[in-house]
Amino acid sequence: MEAILFWVFAVTAIVSALVVILAKNPITSALGLIVTFFVLAGYYVLLSAQFLAAVQVIVYAGAIMVLFLFVIMLLNLQKLPDMFPQKRTGFLLGIAVGGVFFLMALKALTGISVTGSPSQIDVDMGSSANLGTRLFTTYLLPFEIASVLLLSAIIGAVVLIRQSPDTDQTPEA
Amino acid sequence: MINSVWLIPLFPLIGVLFNGFFGKKLPEKVVGWFGSLMVGFSFIVACLAFFELLGMDAEHRSVTVPVFNWLVSGSLSAAASILVDPLSCVMMLVVAGVSFLIHIYSIGYMHGDNGFARYFTYLNLFVFFMLTLVMGDNYLVMFIGWEGVGLCSYLLIGFWFEDDEKANAGKKAFIVNRIGDFGFLVGIMLMFTTFGTINFLGVFQRAAFFPVGSGVITAITLCLFLGAVGKSAQIPLYVWLPDAMAGPTPVSALIHAATMVTAGVYMVARSNILYSLAPASLYVVAIVGAATAIFAATIGLVQNDIKKVLAYSTVSQLGYMFLACGVGAFGVGIFHLVTHAFFKALLFLGSGSVIHAMSGEQDIRRMGGLKNKIPITFATFFIATLAISGIPGLSGFFSKDEILFKAFASGHTWIWLIGLVAAALTAFYMFRLVFLTFYGQFRGEKSVAAHIHESPPSMTIPLIILAVLSIIGGYIGLPRALAGGAWFEGWLEPVLTHPELHGLHETTAHPALSTEYLLMALSIVVALVGILLAYQMYRKDPDMPGRLANRLKTTYNVLLHKYYVDEIYNAAVVQPLLKISDILSDLFDMKGIDGLVNGVGWIIVATGKGVRRIQTGFVQNYALFMGMGILILLGYLLFK
Amino acid sequence: MVSLPHYLVLSAILFCLGVIGVLTRKNILIIFMCIELMLNSVNLTFIAFARHLGNVEGQIFVFFVMAVAAAEVAVGLAIIVVLFRFKNSVDIDSLNIMKW
Repeated sequence: MEAILFWVFAVTAIVSALVVILAKNPITSALGLIVTFFVLAGYYVLLSAQFLAAVQVIVYAGAIMVLFLFVIMLLNLQKLPDMFPQKRTGFLLGIAVGGVFFLMALKALTGISVTGSPSQIDVDMGSSANLGTRLFTTYLLPFEIASVLLLSAIIGAVVLIRQSPDTDQTPEA
Repeated sequence: MINSVWLIPLFPLIGVLFNGFFGKKLPEKVVGWFGSLMVGFSFIVACLAFFELLGMDAEHRSVTVPVFNWLVSGSLSAAASILVDPLSCVMMLVVAGVSFLIHIYSIGYMHGDNGFARYFTYLNLFVFFMLTLVMGDNYLVMFIGWEGVGLCSYLLIGFWFEDDEKANAGKKAFIVNRIGDFGFLVGIMLMFTTFGTINFLGVFQRAAFFPVGSGVITAITLCLFLGAVGKSAQIPLYVWLPDAMAGPTPVSALIHAATMVTAGVYMVARSNILYSLAPASLYVVAIVGAATAIFAATIGLVQNDIKKVLAYSTVSQLGYMFLACGVGAFGVGIFHLVTHAFFKALLFLGSGSVIHAMSGEQDIRRMGGLKNKIPITFATFFIATLAISGIPGLSGFFSKDEILFKAFASGHTWIWLIGLVAAALTAFYMFRLVFLTFYGQFRGEKSVAAHIHESPPSMTIPLIILAVLSIIGGYIGLPRALAGGAWFEGWLEPVLTHPELHGLHETTAHPALSTEYLLMALSIVVALVGILLAYQMYRKDPDMPGRLANRLKTTYNVLLHKYYVDEIYNAAVVQPLLKISDILSDLFDMKGIDGLVNGVGWIIVATGKGVRRIQTGFVQNYALFMGMGILILLGYLLFK
Repeated sequence: MVSLPHYLVLSAILFCLGVIGVLTRKNILIIFMCIELMLNSVNLTFIAFARHLGNVEGQIFVFFVMAVAAAEVAVGLAIIVVLFRFKNSVDIDSLNIMKW
């Protein structure tokens, strides 16, 4: 059962990732990315990370991608940049780098033998109770700092976008 | 006194410092007399040392007086020490004595010149170096003096350096001398590697163990002789001496007649043991000496500048000295050195007096009839001419005759013959000079004629003293054949003959007394022939020289232009060298080194221009490079 | 049997697709999205390890990664909007003044 789910999810994830990088329209890319996020959430459930699966859907698919879509539509692009640029070398090199990276990753990752057996699965490992306990005891400091980080992100975003009151909406850059 | 013999070079050095620093602000009299007195003191100390040496017995007449430890490096040690022995004594006395007289003369001659103080500074410096040369006890100290006198020669020849020609003459002297100095230095180096020392006594002791005709010693002696050829103006490096007449006349008298040019003869005489061990070199010395003697004499026959005649005469007489050394008669060579110093200095000083009287004119074709107007100059000049022509009773006769006799006795009769012919030529051209300058009608400008006057006592007194010396100076070497004691040769014997080297000094088969008288008579006859011919051509029949010149036009022209040697050297040596140095300077300096240095700059700029293009400004390019870098790192980590 | 290497390879594929996207596309927004894709693939790796090693630390880390990613997206998009105001284009090649 797990195997079937795995393979189905795998194919979906890869296809939608391809959509992200190949689509002409940014909206299409964004939708592809959303599908990928959902698939990943499914994986997290398979891997006993239930809480994180929920967070993934809420935060990533629900907030971040919405933000993306807002910005895409805000920019109201009339003319999209070329997909295949003039300079072929950079393009091919980019693909080459990615490919080589993949091969290296293969070499690195397939050599790993894991001692820990999946037989002792603790399904409750990723439950909110367990995760919450850990977060508020052992990892309290990082937790608090993360909240400060989010605060600074909010302030930063507002400051960046803000224009001086006396100038027009779109400055003559 | 011998132990304080270091005072001798010290006095002129004091003169250099005094006149060098303060001379410009002091009156002429002070500068001139101070310089002269310094040399005078040196002469007095030299005399005292001489008398002390005289009082010692013959075997011990060799005292080394150390001054300071100069050069000690590995196995090479050359102390600045003075060697007092008969030979150096003779040289000291001649150098100090004649220099003293010439200093006094210069006070009058250089009167009114802008560089009066500079002149005396240089002159004293010269005496200092010359004394160093003759007093040193090893070849390196001698070389210091050698180089030093070369420097002073340059400074004094080009004394009036504002005139390009005179400055060039100074340069020529220095450069031609360098060629000889190179030989000298190579000789010293060879000596060091062969004997392990360059100290006179050390070298001579060790040399005695070498076989006769050894290749190494021949090489050493030939190299040293190259130095002598340069310094003493022999063929082929004599070309600087006639040009050196551009300097003030007392300089010509001192440096280019009496002292500096004799340094080569002194060096050969000092190294006599080495030369005796290398008969091949000795032969070369004799040949060069003889050839130079007659070669220079032929050129002197037709020269028209009073100083040039004397210059070629000097070259010729130096040839005689080397001729003497070349046949093994080193003592006689030194004897001629001494007598020549007297009468040649006198001739030059006298010519200076004539030029002074003629308001600067030096061409003898514009002189004449001066004998009554400048009598003292004339009288002394005439005495010197008699001496150089080898008239009996005067010093030149004894020394020149000894040389010819020894040449004959050595068995190389053709050398004797060349010497004889050259003697005839000498008598001829010297009397030609006298007749054209002092006799007959005055052939110059009216304005010059009005100013003819005898020189002041500061100039005439040295002339007189030198004239006396030219007469009596020869008697110190009066040969036994004429009931003399051959004292001079005996005095020098410990230095110049080495009984331990048996079979070396082919104790030249002493020819019979009658042969000696015969040869003496021959040389007198030959001299008289020369004088008579000169009398005929320049007194009785004044048109004869003109007719002869016309008949033998080419010969005359070749002689007048000194066999075109200067032109040949210029074309064969100087111009090619200049061209090569042009090419090399362009190739190595401009293109090579400049190219290299500029090239480094250019490379850096070019590299910069190339490398900066990596910063394209495109963000994705930067990301790409980062990615590639990470790949490399990963690859290293994964595959190491 | 699905085991750890499967998850790791899948994660690697997603990551490399993300890299290719970053290095190839010209639209700033799409590049940004590909960066998010890369982050997510790493998240997957962490959770896979957490599961197979029985260690919950991996999940904690993913928690924080998500927090940071959220902050980053907020600020990043703000910057992109400001850039758009100046250049009036989302072509990444138009941002080329950081050069010689």
